[in-house]
Amino acid sequence: MGDITGPKIAFTIPIFGGLNVTESTIIGWMIIVAVTILVLWMTHDMKKIPTKKQLIAEIIVTTVNNLVKSTMGKKHLNYAPYIAALFTMSICGSLVSLLGLRSMTADINVTMSWALITFLMITYNKFKYNGFLGYFKGYTEPIALMTPLNIISEIATPLSMGFRHFGNIAGGMVITSLLYYALGSISKAIGIGIPITTVGIPAVLSVYFDLFSGFMQAFIFIMLTMANVGNAMPDTKDE
Amino acid sequence: MELERAIVLGASAIGAGLAMIAGIGPGIGEGYAVGKACEAIGRQPESQGDVTRTMFIGCAIAESTGIYGFVVALILLFGNPFIGKISG
Repeated sequence: MGDITGPKIAFTIPIFGGLNVTESTIIGWMIIVAVTILVLWMTHDMKKIPTKKQLIAEIIVTTVNNLVKSTMGKKHLNYAPYIAALFTMSICGSLVSLLGLRSMTADINVTMSWALITFLMITYNKFKYNGFLGYFKGYTEPIALMTPLNIISEIATPLSMGFRHFGNIAGGMVITSLLYYALGSISKAIGIGIPITTVGIPAVLSVYFDLFSGFMQAFIFIMLTMANVGNAMPDTKDE
Repeated sequence: MELERAIVLGASAIGAGLAMIAGIGPGIGEGYAVGKACEAIGRQPESQGDVTRTMFIGCAIAESTGIYGFVVALILLFGNPFIGKISG
């Protein structure tokens, strides 16, 4: 049934009983190198009157700064680099499927580790602003009876974020693979490839599942990260 | 043994299909959310950016139940967790 598999293991590092390096890791490092080179090229040799590449970089930085400012407050602008990096990584990881590689974000390990970072940020901020005892007291609010529910909702936040991103991208991949399989069977049954099954339908679906879904999920992931981390801080609503 | 295997595989496929019924709820819910967002934009066109952003977050959260169903279906289809239990 098509080629729906998990990420393949590229090679194994022989320490700790063998660490498996999968496709996702390699694609992730490729994206990191490519984006780093691009960013260095865009920002080297900056001038007072910006050139075209510098202008693009400035637009990106201003947009991210404004987004963080409007959702988390002016005080927490130091989260902007992380948000921008997460967004870039997520978009590139999803859109890498356009190059014929496997989407990095269709691997649950990738999205779950991002969600885990968000969870650590939330916990860190709760400790920072509420204190050690205040953190545990937060679980018993509004009444002590709610403690189990509060613990569940605390765990459910990163879990649902990771599953959502993974599910959307992997779902798109599964549906596209099944569709290619079905269209291939139709073409084989008729004997000739009719244009609508070989070009038309896959192109339209690819635009939706790869481009739209990739952008949307990256945006939703950073928005939820900012909203959840912002909720753990006091006075995020200052203008 | 072969028959048992076939039954488990078939039941897993049926279970995966049933799990995807979970897609109905988010579909209806997101439809309502987007409809209301359109109404809000129609009433106050200047607040389009805020409304759209809030709507997307709401849709993402409403979607998670459907995604859980989808993950269960994926595990049943490609993970086959019940195959290992028939011999024991």
